[in-house]
Amino acid sequence: MTDALLVPQKRYATAVDYLNLMKPRIMMLVVFTGFAGLVAASSMTGVSMHPVMAAIATLAVALGSGAAGAINMWYDSDIDAVMSRTSTRPIPSGAVPRDEALALGLIVSGVSVMLMWLASNWLAAALLAFSIFYYGVIYTMWLKRATSQNIVIGGGAGAFPPVIGWAAVTGNMPLDAWILFAIIFFWTPPHFWALSLLAHKEYAKVSVPMLPVTHGAKVTRTQILIYTLVLMPVSLLPLATGLGGWIYGAAALGLGATFIAYAVGLSRSKAGGPDAEGADMKLAKNTFVFSIFYLFALFGAVLLEHAAGLHFPLVGA
Amino acid sequence: MPETPDPVVPQLEGEAIRARNRRNLWLGLALAGFVLLVMVMTFIRLNTAAGVSDRM
Repeated sequence: MTDALLVPQKRYATAVDYLNLMKPRIMMLVVFTGFAGLVAASSMTGVSMHPVMAAIATLAVALGSGAAGAINMWYDSDIDAVMSRTSTRPIPSGAVPRDEALALGLIVSGVSVMLMWLASNWLAAALLAFSIFYYGVIYTMWLKRATSQNIVIGGGAGAFPPVIGWAAVTGNMPLDAWILFAIIFFWTPPHFWALSLLAHKEYAKVSVPMLPVTHGAKVTRTQILIYTLVLMPVSLLPLATGLGGWIYGAAALGLGATFIAYAVGLSRSKAGGPDAEGADMKLAKNTFVFSIFYLFALFGAVLLEHAAGLHFPLVGA
Repeated sequence: MPETPDPVVPQLEGEAIRARNRRNLWLGLALAGFVLLVMVMTFIRLNTAAGVSDRM
């Protein structure tokens, strides 16, 4: 083998590298749930928001998510470089200098909060600022490398968007907004732990105390099942408050039952364990993929009911 | 007084210059977009406020 093959190719950052720094896939989920909260708030309260202002508020949520992602990549660049799943990210691959990532994160944080304030109100802007702090500092810097409950507590960061969307329209955050928060909060652990069953060796390599690393695969699989079982009644709460109608109810029941079926299958498997077979790991991957579909579909049902005039609640709204 | 040596400025090669120019273009577009957004929001807020005062 020649030396040329051993030396990494010098890369120059492109706009795509900076976009990747902002974790666009997470951003999509954040924008979708935030927009669903915004639309549901308008439909439930009758308070309308100028469509351009609503679009800018949604953009602010996207930018806030991206800023938090950039701060996360800045702080985690040391462990990202070691884990094969993350070694191609913009900082470890050498495309973007660390300092630039931090600068991007901080500047975009400020811009997103300012845009949100101008487009809506101070409460939505404050919630957005807090959610960036939650992900960038509380989760990334304080929890991720300190406790196996990192994902459980840190899940709050990703659960804020619907509350922010709701607050952007109405200027307050009622129970319905917090129910949407709770759905994402209880969805995050089974979603992420399914992934960590696949990548637990990588987390162990960099001493990040993910649950499979600290407590083993069996405990993780059981915890996934417990959280999925808790998620089911939580996802049905919108039916009790009138936020969700028949379509939402049917979606929540069908999606919830399928998610539980995946979790039960996973709990009976050996996924993540030393004697795990290919089928076990495939089940963990399928559970992770389905969990993403679950959240998109559930919030899609909220969006469909409230945006398309198909909201027929079981109880008086 | 001893002369201080000139700082060594790294010379960029062709591909690095092109990459920097592309980044500068995106940065310029982002700044222009930000200015446009603030302008649009200002107009909407002014119009909304004018509408409210007309009804008073």
